[in-house]
Amino acid sequence: MADYSVQELMIIAAAREIADGELVFVGMRLPITAFGVARLTHAPNAVGLFEDGIVRYEPATDMLYTMGDPPNQQGAAWTTGLNPVMAQLQRGRVDAGFIGGAEIDRYGNVNTSYIGDFKKPKVKLPGSGGAPDIAAMSKRLMVIVNHDTRRLVEKVDYVTSPGYLDGGDARAEAGLSGGPSVVITDLALLRPHGDDHELHLASIHPGHDVNEIKEKTGWELQLSPDMVETPPPTTDELAALHTIDKDGFWR
Amino acid sequence: MQEKLVDLKTAIASHVRDGDSVVLGACLEPEIPFAATHELIRQGRRGLNMIAPISDASTDMLIGAGCVSEVTGAWVGNVSGGLGHNYRRAFEEGDAPTIRVNDYSNFSLGMALLAGAYGMPYLPVRSILGSDILKSNSALKLAKNPFGDENEPIVLVPPLQPDVAIISVQRADRYGNNHHWGSSGLIAEAAAAAEIVILIAEEIVAPTVISSDPSRVLVPGYLVTAVTQVSAAVHPSPMTGYWRRDNQFFNDYHARSRTQEGFESWLREWVLDIEDHGAYCEKLGASIAALRIKGEAFSAPANYASV
Repeated sequence: MADYSVQELMIIAAAREIADGELVFVGMRLPITAFGVARLTHAPNAVGLFEDGIVRYEPATDMLYTMGDPPNQQGAAWTTGLNPVMAQLQRGRVDAGFIGGAEIDRYGNVNTSYIGDFKKPKVKLPGSGGAPDIAAMSKRLMVIVNHDTRRLVEKVDYVTSPGYLDGGDARAEAGLSGGPSVVITDLALLRPHGDDHELHLASIHPGHDVNEIKEKTGWELQLSPDMVETPPPTTDELAALHTIDKDGFWR
Repeated sequence: MQEKLVDLKTAIASHVRDGDSVVLGACLEPEIPFAATHELIRQGRRGLNMIAPISDASTDMLIGAGCVSEVTGAWVGNVSGGLGHNYRRAFEEGDAPTIRVNDYSNFSLGMALLAGAYGMPYLPVRSILGSDILKSNSALKLAKNPFGDENEPIVLVPPLQPDVAIISVQRADRYGNNHHWGSSGLIAEAAAAAEIVILIAEEIVAPTVISSDPSRVLVPGYLVTAVTQVSAAVHPSPMTGYWRRDNQFFNDYHARSRTQEGFESWLREWVLDIEDHGAYCEKLGASIAALRIKGEAFSAPANYASV
């Protein structure tokens, strides 16, 4: 078996979610690396959007601490404002977007704002950024979180970024199309199932088992009928990742 | 043309009042004029309403220093470190939050400033639908699209016209005409929407430099109230063509602001006990020199000839 870290598996799982030619809201850290791997493997024509007001074909090769850093500006396809880039979501052009979150619930709703009552929260989180815009208006939402019962909860305290809300037709009734297509964790991939759209266990990362994953999920996690083991990274995928991650940050 | 060049202390003293709504930065991570953040703190402004989608750790500093009563925006924290400790303390300690937050997403705030810039009564968006931002910010209204299918919901965003926008640009002339390049977040909308625009330029150049390339102008000088020249005003944030991000500085701020006492000691060391931005850069010493971008990647010239 090839040697890889759990973060590298998550990056490669995220890269596999990007199809060739797609417009993708990338975000920082793990997703930006996933975008790079996708471009170098199966999606050479994917386009990366950044909410500062940056559009890129080739990912930046120098180290980025934030998406606004100089290496992400130099050689961009477009440097403009936030509105012209985010408006492409509302125009219906954006295929997919990545977000993270402090809490996500069984219907894929994400909280990055308040733990407890928003009027007097137990914890004040930094807030939404552009995540609600990406969650509401991209065709597919991909959420990346670490898998534990504090993060994967029955119901979020505050819906910053809408998933399928209360399930069923709730998202459509709220006036939204799209919705979460995958939740990528360090243990598994969860995907919405059937007309109810509840997140089910769809893929188990090598070395983990159903009971462990159920124990670390804050709701009664159901198994997808199509459940598989996450395929380990291929030689090509790992080679692409190592081209980008020269310093071994993710190893 | 009217001369608009003043020093930073004068610009802040003359144009920012207690209780003002202020955009400071609004490029998200780059080009935040931290020199102005520090000057607002030194001059003891109170009751400010800080408007920005994301202004990295600047807003957290102003909250900790007691300058802020309200935040209108999408995200307050520290992009390197995560949570903003002063922001958290304002909510989590005591019986009630000490500041008020008007929750927006990045795009809805962008539409609010655009509506302000264009003089529109509101702008409809398809974002915010399904989000509890509609519950925690009563300024945003759920409505029906009058041109859509029956019962098609939309969200109406009211305009924002800030009292003051404080914006970093790479270069300006003494009349306030300016060039900005690289990603611009919401600074163009903020400058067009605000009553007063204070520009902080890395360099002051001849008017002919600006007029040689009018397509690169962020906002023409007649809409600018004051322009000031402060080198490295954006530190520790980056500026395209001039400065890299001082990530360690953000991490140090994050670690030291974890407690109230730690924040106060950081504030004395880096703001209150320092006379001005020149002294701040002297204190940074060799580290600021190391952050300067030395490479060259000039754009191709564009021909504006008329005959």
